[in-house]
Amino acid sequence: MQHGKYRFIAGFMVVPLAIYAIFVISPFVQAIYYSFTDWTGLSPDMKMVGFGNYVRLFQDDVFWAAVGNSVTLLLLLPVVTLSLGLFFAFMLNVGGRRRKKAVIGGVRGSAAYKILYFFPQVLSVPIVALLFQFAYNPESGALNAFFKAIGLDGVQPDWLGDPQLALWCVMGAMVWANVGFYVVLFSAGMSSIPKDFYEAALLDGANRLNTFFRITLPLLWDTVQTGWIYMGILALDVSAFAFVQIMSVGPGGPDYATEVLPLYVYQKTFRDGQAGYATAIGVSLLIVTLIFSAIVMRLGRRERLEF
Amino acid sequence: MGSTSEFNRRDLVKRAAALGIVAVPAMSVLSACAGASGGGNDKVAKGTKSAKNPLAVNESAGLDVVIFDGGFGDKYAKDAQAEYVKAFPKAGGKVKLSSTQKIQSTLQPRFNGGNPPDLVDNSGAEQMDFGTLVAKNQLSDLTPLLDAPSVDDPAKKVRDTLRPGVIEMGQFGGKETWILYYAYTVYGVWYSRGNLHKLDAEYPETWDDMLALCAKAKKKGIAGWTYPGKYPYYLPFSLYPFIAKIGGAEVLRRIDNLEPNAWKDPAVKAAFDAYYELYKKGYVLKGSPGLDHLQSQKAWADGKALFIPNGSWVENESAKQIAANPHFDLAVGAPSSLSASDKMPFGTIWASGGEPYIVPKAARNSEGGMELLRIMLSKKSAQNFIKQVSSLCSFNGGTEGVTLPPGLSSAHTALQKAGSNIVNPRLQDWYVALQKERIGVGALGEMMAGRMTPDEAIQHIQKYADDTRGDSSIKKYKR
Repeated sequence: MQHGKYRFIAGFMVVPLAIYAIFVISPFVQAIYYSFTDWTGLSPDMKMVGFGNYVRLFQDDVFWAAVGNSVTLLLLLPVVTLSLGLFFAFMLNVGGRRRKKAVIGGVRGSAAYKILYFFPQVLSVPIVALLFQFAYNPESGALNAFFKAIGLDGVQPDWLGDPQLALWCVMGAMVWANVGFYVVLFSAGMSSIPKDFYEAALLDGANRLNTFFRITLPLLWDTVQTGWIYMGILALDVSAFAFVQIMSVGPGGPDYATEVLPLYVYQKTFRDGQAGYATAIGVSLLIVTLIFSAIVMRLGRRERLEF
Repeated sequence: MGSTSEFNRRDLVKRAAALGIVAVPAMSVLSACAGASGGGNDKVAKGTKSAKNPLAVNESAGLDVVIFDGGFGDKYAKDAQAEYVKAFPKAGGKVKLSSTQKIQSTLQPRFNGGNPPDLVDNSGAEQMDFGTLVAKNQLSDLTPLLDAPSVDDPAKKVRDTLRPGVIEMGQFGGKETWILYYAYTVYGVWYSRGNLHKLDAEYPETWDDMLALCAKAKKKGIAGWTYPGKYPYYLPFSLYPFIAKIGGAEVLRRIDNLEPNAWKDPAVKAAFDAYYELYKKGYVLKGSPGLDHLQSQKAWADGKALFIPNGSWVENESAKQIAANPHFDLAVGAPSSLSASDKMPFGTIWASGGEPYIVPKAARNSEGGMELLRIMLSKKSAQNFIKQVSSLCSFNGGTEGVTLPPGLSSAHTALQKAGSNIVNPRLQDWYVALQKERIGVGALGEMMAGRMTPDEAIQHIQKYADDTRGDSSIKKYKR
């Protein structure tokens, strides 16, 4: 049976592996190669500069501001989004008042809430970003109008125009746009947890907090971990780019308060004509991403519960 | 198979998949633009030079034009193209024109691959960096076009039909002209004559009058100024000519040349102090630091603020809101006089070319590209452009017999009034990142939001300028 096993597997894998090598691996290698050149992106004429781009990175204040903001997003965005998602999903599925027949159930109207929560997900990122941009408009936006309406005339922040607030404003929009997806994802996960677990817990007199931390969360761990990685990518990649690019002052400002790595890559390539330097930033973005995924994998490793 | 391996297969697959998910999107940012190896392509043969064909265009060769489809649209270029086909009927059918808003993403691969179009309107948010294009020898010198006879008057060269400063703008320190700016933009303080009349006021020619008018407006609950705080690099549109007016055009020249301590000039400080005073006295519309250009223009067009630093495109861009007020009567003002000892007279204004056209060096039919430009610089095409997009053209003229909309006619008057006192700061096209991000967002925006004093702003800007001078990856220019 064992004989020729690898040749057999390899036979099936040749085509997919080749495609993977051409379309995934080779751009990696190319990008790393370009990060050692002074390529402008506008002409094929370039020369090797060794580690020049990387040396420059270390002295570049804007780059470090971008790293700082990207890491802040990376640490906070998943925590906030997933916590909210878990909380809402728990309330929709388990957290409701006990009714006669069902052992567990969500709060009243949970089916409708589920749709409401998911709604932001069907809007495209630029639309969400634009909507929030209008809301944050200090002159005629909803938020400041609200403050005025409740008599807080003195509180009229500049929101996106204020370096202290800008990154939080962008993050708020990103949480809003993503939380609904996790509510639905976690709801699906929760509905597959056998009801008798909850029954037993309730008989033992467990309260909601206990049921959540002893039953729901451990059994949902795999889903949470997936969500964590996915949210992390979002925080580092396209989503952060789109939100910052559309919403923020400058973009990337005020005072680089919202500059993030993917945006900096874009600016260096498409505005400043320094594609070589941009790929070096991209490679550092890759490194941040890999460190993140390694940490998540390690922290997330725990006993699998079978049910 | 049938054997149980050491490791948990499920785990392995899961981990590999997760890594893939994480890594691939991150890298997609990088691989979006891999450099292509140059696919050489042959130039078309030159045609025969004649009075009707001074650039020796190959009459049957195709022509490939890419236009930025922005505020001006692409119709004016299509009309000029029809004229080209009329002149060279044999090229008909092989002349194509495409328009896009994404100039760089569309054209970068073509430049990289060595098969760029014959004529490009390199404009908009995705404008390709001119410094790089010139430094990497990607552009054709347009001198043959400038020395060719103009379409309207064979006795006149094309270069003599252009507005002042247009040719200089297309040069980068040498004799070659790399860029031909087709539109002509007037920057300054834009306002509504109608709204000023409501306050019994005219445009204030001195800064004291400006402050007095702002105070008067404030009493009626109207702000004096607004600006797009999200893009604070609009402030220079009126601030830079203000600096030149106070301290002479020389100050701006030193700033453009990144000379040490250029920003420490007293004229800069005086101008910054004056603008900062607008903020201090509460004459700037509240919330302006958080507005983008459209939002601030709307607030201004709605009459919430009297003045806004802007360029002549504002008439087209805010046309709808301006039309809501029939007595709006849009006009542009030159920077007010700060004191009697200002070095330049009232009327000094910033005007310069817009819509930069280039003929790539590797273009197949570069003569054709230049010929189309020559046609565009005829009176007929210029007039067509002015009428269609209500902007001035770098072709000096074409306004006779055309009824200009109020803003444009005011810009036209301002230009005539300025005479030779037209300044043209080059930071904007030479050092984009320095101008927009560092000076604009990093200092001017902070100052006008009250988070930085003028002294701090000057210090920051001087450091940014010094950094740029010391950065070997940025090509430097002198004027």
